[in-house]
Amino acid sequence: MWEYTDAVKDHFFNPRNAGVIEDADGVGEVGSLACGDALTLYIKVQDGIITDAKFKTFGCASAIASSSALTELIIGKTVEEAEKLTNKDIANYLGGLPREKMHCSVMGQEALEQAIKNMRGEAGPKAEHSHEGNLVCECFGIFDEEILRAIKENDLQTVEDVTNFTKAGGGCGKCVDEIARLLRQARGETSCPAPCKAPAFPAEGMTNIQRMHLIESVMDQDIRPILQADGGNIQLIDIEKKQVTVKFTGMCSSCPSSKATLENLVEAKLREKVDPDIKVILED
Amino acid sequence: MHTIYLDNNATTRVDPKVFEAIKPYFTELYGNPSSMHRFGGQVGGKIREARDQVAHFLGCDAREIIFTSCGSESDNTAIRSALEAFPEKKHIITTAVEHPAILSLCTHLEKKKGYEVTYLSTDEHGRLDLEEYKQAFRPDTAIVSVMWANNETGNIYPIEKMAHIARENGVIFHTDAVQAVGKVDINLSAIPVDMLSLSGHKLHAPKGVGALYVRKGLAFHPFLIGGHQERGRRAGTENTTGIVALGKACELAQTNMEAENTTVKALRDRLETGILQAIPHTRVNGDPENRLPNTTNISFGYVEGEAILLMMDQVGICASSGSACTSGSLEPSHVLMAMNVPFTFAHGSIRFSLSRFTTQEDIDFVLQTMPSLIENLRTLSPFSEEKEAPAITKRFAK
Repeated sequence: MWEYTDAVKDHFFNPRNAGVIEDADGVGEVGSLACGDALTLYIKVQDGIITDAKFKTFGCASAIASSSALTELIIGKTVEEAEKLTNKDIANYLGGLPREKMHCSVMGQEALEQAIKNMRGEAGPKAEHSHEGNLVCECFGIFDEEILRAIKENDLQTVEDVTNFTKAGGGCGKCVDEIARLLRQARGETSCPAPCKAPAFPAEGMTNIQRMHLIESVMDQDIRPILQADGGNIQLIDIEKKQVTVKFTGMCSSCPSSKATLENLVEAKLREKVDPDIKVILED
Repeated sequence: MHTIYLDNNATTRVDPKVFEAIKPYFTELYGNPSSMHRFGGQVGGKIREARDQVAHFLGCDAREIIFTSCGSESDNTAIRSALEAFPEKKHIITTAVEHPAILSLCTHLEKKKGYEVTYLSTDEHGRLDLEEYKQAFRPDTAIVSVMWANNETGNIYPIEKMAHIARENGVIFHTDAVQAVGKVDINLSAIPVDMLSLSGHKLHAPKGVGALYVRKGLAFHPFLIGGHQERGRRAGTENTTGIVALGKACELAQTNMEAENTTVKALRDRLETGILQAIPHTRVNGDPENRLPNTTNISFGYVEGEAILLMMDQVGICASSGSACTSGSLEPSHVLMAMNVPFTFAHGSIRFSLSRFTTQEDIDFVLQTMPSLIENLRTLSPFSEEKEAPAITKRFAK
């Protein structure tokens, strides 16, 4: 069972702005029945302001909730403001989406772009790929430009990330090598001239939720095993900006050298792997 | 909220009679059956009784039953044992619609261990082609593994015929009968099946117990090595409560199967026909003739399975879906894909699986609720018959 936020559930069970605008100024259609999700977005624009938006969506709960959130986000905005909307804004509006479902928010962003293009008379309602792009994922019809953009805008690191955000690679898996190459290419482009410089710290550019996940995974993989070897353990209590509150349990809770462990192991690891400014404190 | 549980192919309720039978083995008769003292010994006696119950139910000898922890362990043990018995044979025959316990193991053996696997295809109803099967045998075929009944569609496969063909070719025949046991007549003394897997929690015993039947005289190589339990064929202290429960569950199934199948099938048919009649753009996925009496897999066109399941969950109905979104993968169920079910329908498939505890009222409630629930989701959907115009056929609608 997916762990959806209350906002996702609310927008799924009570979708806002579902329906069709018969005399829409712009229409954007993305996805297909074969792919398992599809969204048609209708927008009404007056004096450069989106006065109404409606949607029809075929897909899972998070696809329907993302569409509903998208319409709420754009109504009342100017077209220029709406153009700046990214999939992250949709996901954040819903309090986050399961990682495997991030592609639902990307679908929303793409439908919006298409609807705006359509409104300007630059394209039909259905997205068509330029001939310069290369088809990477044949199963889901995903082109390299979409993948590169998702990598850049969401700071994607692994092939699995790319699949979660764009679906590419989620079918037969034939294109996995090509996705890995695009990841390397994207990293090369975003960094300074050679020799390549890695991001200042790993968590740079991450959303709050991504950073929290990273902290959790560093705790699980790099910190817990060491404590557990001595019969101890650690509990993550809170993460507030760059301050991480923890509690030692088991042998560690009564260990005289727990303060040193806190600084030399826990804080040091989190600074190395997440963010150099992290401060770790013990729960009162 | 009242729960209407129609997901019995996922797991079943422990029968209260089974629960009563195992209670003493938690807090009173907790001895280790391997111990020398009588306190432990009496537990050993109860395990023997359970083994007899399982063997009697399957029509085999008690010594041919090995208790395991689950269906997946039984499947893994069977296939790995056969491969170890014939190290020079590098070919496996199975089907494209197996449970992941078999399918993932086979792809693992293919990718990591250099085996070649033939995955038998199915027709649009999910049926196998016996000619294709006969052609698949090679001199280096080590084992055939074919499920007795499919978990998603309920299709029953011609295991007796297939086992005979394997025997004629001198190849070991294993069947994953996890979904079939308790719903299909099985008499292992009459058919040349060499190994059979079953799982307790699919027939009203608790989770965490399974069994593997291994025909007498068949070379066997254990999967779990350690103590002498199960006559050296599966190490590890016996899951006493699980084993006692499985014995009792088999006894209950043996007594009630015929009557139960009739009642359950009547409810299933009412559910299936009712949905097909009340809701347009629906179809049943599976074999019209040979299906488990408790299962129906129905596709609802133009809507997505996860959305349907969550809507059903809101009103207390439990079922499952072959849609991509529910599993975290991006492609719909491999079983429906092997059957060439069009995407329009594959993404909107719902499996209802009933049990002896399903009531008339449960089915009435589902029939009352589903039409508006599907209608609401269809109102949201950008697709419809006019827009997509696929060929829609109500398969075996009565």
